[in-house]
Amino acid sequence: MELGDTAEEAEFRHALRAWLAGALPALPPAPDPEDWPARRAYDMEWQRALYDAGYAGLHWPRDAGGQGAPPGRHLIFLEETERAGAPYVGAGFVGLLHAGPTIAAEGTAAQRARWLPPILRGEEVWCQGFSEPDAGSDLAALRTRAVPDGNGDYVVTGSKIWTSHAQVADWCELLVRTDPQAPRHRGITWLALPMDAPGVTVRPLRTLAGTEEFAEVFLDEVRVPAANRVGAEDDGWRVTLVTLSFERGTAFAGEVVACRRLLRELAATARSSGRWEDAVLRRRLGRLHAEFTALWRLVQWNVSEAGHTGRQRCTGAPGPGAPGMGVPGTGVPGAGASVFKLRYSHARQELYDAAAEVLGPDGALDAAADWTAGRLSSLAYTIAAGTSQIQRNIVAERVLGLPKGR
Amino acid sequence: MDFRLTDDQLALRRGTRELLEGRTGGMPPRGGLDRALWRALGDAGLFALALPEAEGGVGLGLPEAVLVFEEAGRLLLPGPLAASWLAAGRLGVPGAADGTSVVTALDAGDGVPVEHLAAADRLLVLEGGAGAQARLARPEELCAAPVRSVDPLTPLHRVSGRTGAAAVPGAAAVPGADVALLRREGALLTAAQQLGSAGRTVELAVAHARVREQFGQPIGSFQAVKHLCAGMLERVETARSVVYAAALTENEDETAAAKLLADEAAVRGARDCIQVYGGLGFTWEADVHLHLKRAWLRAEQWQNTVTCEESLAAAI
Repeated sequence: MELGDTAEEAEFRHALRAWLAGALPALPPAPDPEDWPARRAYDMEWQRALYDAGYAGLHWPRDAGGQGAPPGRHLIFLEETERAGAPYVGAGFVGLLHAGPTIAAEGTAAQRARWLPPILRGEEVWCQGFSEPDAGSDLAALRTRAVPDGNGDYVVTGSKIWTSHAQVADWCELLVRTDPQAPRHRGITWLALPMDAPGVTVRPLRTLAGTEEFAEVFLDEVRVPAANRVGAEDDGWRVTLVTLSFERGTAFAGEVVACRRLLRELAATARSSGRWEDAVLRRRLGRLHAEFTALWRLVQWNVSEAGHTGRQRCTGAPGPGAPGMGVPGTGVPGAGASVFKLRYSHARQELYDAAAEVLGPDGALDAAADWTAGRLSSLAYTIAAGTSQIQRNIVAERVLGLPKGR
Repeated sequence: MDFRLTDDQLALRRGTRELLEGRTGGMPPRGGLDRALWRALGDAGLFALALPEAEGGVGLGLPEAVLVFEEAGRLLLPGPLAASWLAAGRLGVPGAADGTSVVTALDAGDGVPVEHLAAADRLLVLEGGAGAQARLARPEELCAAPVRSVDPLTPLHRVSGRTGAAAVPGAAAVPGADVALLRREGALLTAAQQLGSAGRTVELAVAHARVREQFGQPIGSFQAVKHLCAGMLERVETARSVVYAAALTENEDETAAAKLLADEAAVRGARDCIQVYGGLGFTWEADVHLHLKRAWLRAEQWQNTVTCEESLAAAI
C-alpha cells in the first residue's frame, strides 16, 4: 500500500503543473453551451494543445499512439488539470474514453492507423450509437439491422437514441444486429459509422435541463464498408463490454476532484451567508466531505488494481472482502467500476441537493444559477452509462456471485 | 502510487485469519474476554505490531495494524483491542505488548461507558484537547456501575466519579502520549474492526441468499434481495478504500471519514444482513445480531457520527 508519488510520478506532476500554468491563460474564452460547433472547436483546440505537449492518450498503449503510461499517471493528469481549472474532455469524450480504447484493444493495424491519431490530435469527434428506443438497460435487445450487400458493405437501417455529440460528430461507434437468428448477445457487430454518410439523420433532443445535449440518430439504408467493422462479425457484444468498462471506470475520476472543489465553494457560501450555523446542514456537508474523500481513494484503489493486471477476459469473480475491485486479469476497470459509478452518481446528486439547501429558495429556484443547472444535469448520473439499478445487478451477480434472475 | 496490498501484507492478513479462526472456530467467541486468547494474540505480536523490533515488537506500521484489526472485527473478537494496542505500541505499558495486561480506555469527553472495566488491568484516561497527554490509571480508581450492555459480549460500566490518581488532573500522565494522536489511532483501529464486521455480514447475507429458497428459487435471484447485498458491498468497498488510505496518510480528516463510513458500513450491513436472513435473523441463535450490537457499540466509541461529521465539516 503506497499512496504517495514515485519519483517519476512527482516529476510528471511537476512538469504538468508548469505546462498548465503557461497553457491555460492562452485559451480563448469558453464557448456558449448552446453553440455546438463552437464547443467542438474549443474542445478540439484543447485536445490539440495536449497532443502537442505530449499529454494526449497518456494511458493508451504505445502501439496505439499513446504514451503507454501506467493508469496512475492518467489519474495525476485528471487531478492536476481539474485543480488548474483546465477544460474538460468535452466533445472528445467518446473518442478518447470509449471508441479509441476499444479500437486500440480490438482493431486491426490499419484501423488503428486510420482512427486513433485523429482522436489524439483533436481532429475527429466520435459519438456513441448504442442505446435504442427499445434497447436501453437491455442493450442486447438492440434491433438496428446491418445486412451484407454482397459487395463487402453493410446496409444499416434503424435508430439510435441518447447520442451525445451527434450534432458535431464525424464518426459513430455503432452497434448493429447482423444475425437476427442467433442468441441475442451473439448476433451483434461493432461498426464505425461515418456520420456524413447518406441516410444518416440527426435530430437533437432537449434534456430536462433545457439544453440540446444529446440526439436521436436515424439510419435509413446507410452503407458502411466492411473495413469499418471492429472485431469479428457477430462478436460486437464482447467488443462492447471492453468499452463499457472503460466508460464506468475512468470517465468520472476527474469529476471527483471537481466535486471536492464544489464542496469547498458551497461551504464558503454557507459560512458567509450564515447558513453554516444550521447544524443539520453543516453535518450534511461534513458527510459529503467524507464521501468525496473516500471516492477519490476508491478511484486510486481501482486504478492500482487495473494497472497491474493483463488484458484478458474475466475468469472468476472475487468474493466479498477480496482486496481487488478491478476484475482480476482483465486489464480494464471491472465490477469495481460499477461500485464506484453507483456511489459517485448518488454522491453527486446529494451534493447538488445540499447546495439547494445552502442557497435557499432564492438561489435554488433560479434556473439561470450554475448550481441549479448542475443540479438538473446531475439527474442524468444515475441513468446514463448504466442505471444504478443495472449497476447493482452487476455488483450482485458478477462480484457477489448471486444467481441470475429477476 | 500503488494502493494494492503488498505480498507481505496479504500474508499477514492470511496468517491473522488462520490464527483467529483456529482459536475461535470461526465463530464470534461467546464467552466475552478470553485471557488465554489475549495472551495468544500478544504472543502472535498483535499488540506489538508497530513497536520497533529492538523493543520486542514487529516493526510494522498502521496499515498492517489496520489489516489485523479488520480480521479481529470480522470475528467480533471481544475486548478493548484498540486501547491495548495503543498502550503497548504508543505508551509502552508493561505487559500490554505480550497480552498479560489488558488495558481499557476512558475517553472523558464523550460520555461513552467504559468497556471490559472489570477484566482490565490498567485504564487509559483520555481528556483534554490539543497538546494534552494521556494518563494511565488503575480500573479500581473509577467509581463505576455496570450497565446492561446492548452487546452481550462487551460488558460496560458507567462512570460516576474517580478516586486516586485518576481524580487528579494531570496526574500519572505518560510523557509523549499525545491525546489527539491516540484518539486518531483509536478511531482508525476501531474503523478497521467495523470494516471487518461489515465485510463479514456481506458474506453471511450472500451465503444465505444463495441457498435459501422461496417461490421455488434462491432468494438471491430476486432483485430486491440482490440490491440489498450490492448496497452492502458498495458501502464496504468505499469504507475500505478510505480506512486503508487513512492508515497511510495518518491524516485527521481522512481518519474521521474512515470512522464515519466504516461505522455506517458495519451498522447498515448488519441490519441488511438481518433483513436478508428474515425470521432467522431476528433470533438469538444466529450470530448476525452480535454484529449489529457490536457495530452500534463501536460506532459510539473513538469519535461517533456527530463528532466525525462536525470535524469533517470544520475541515472543508
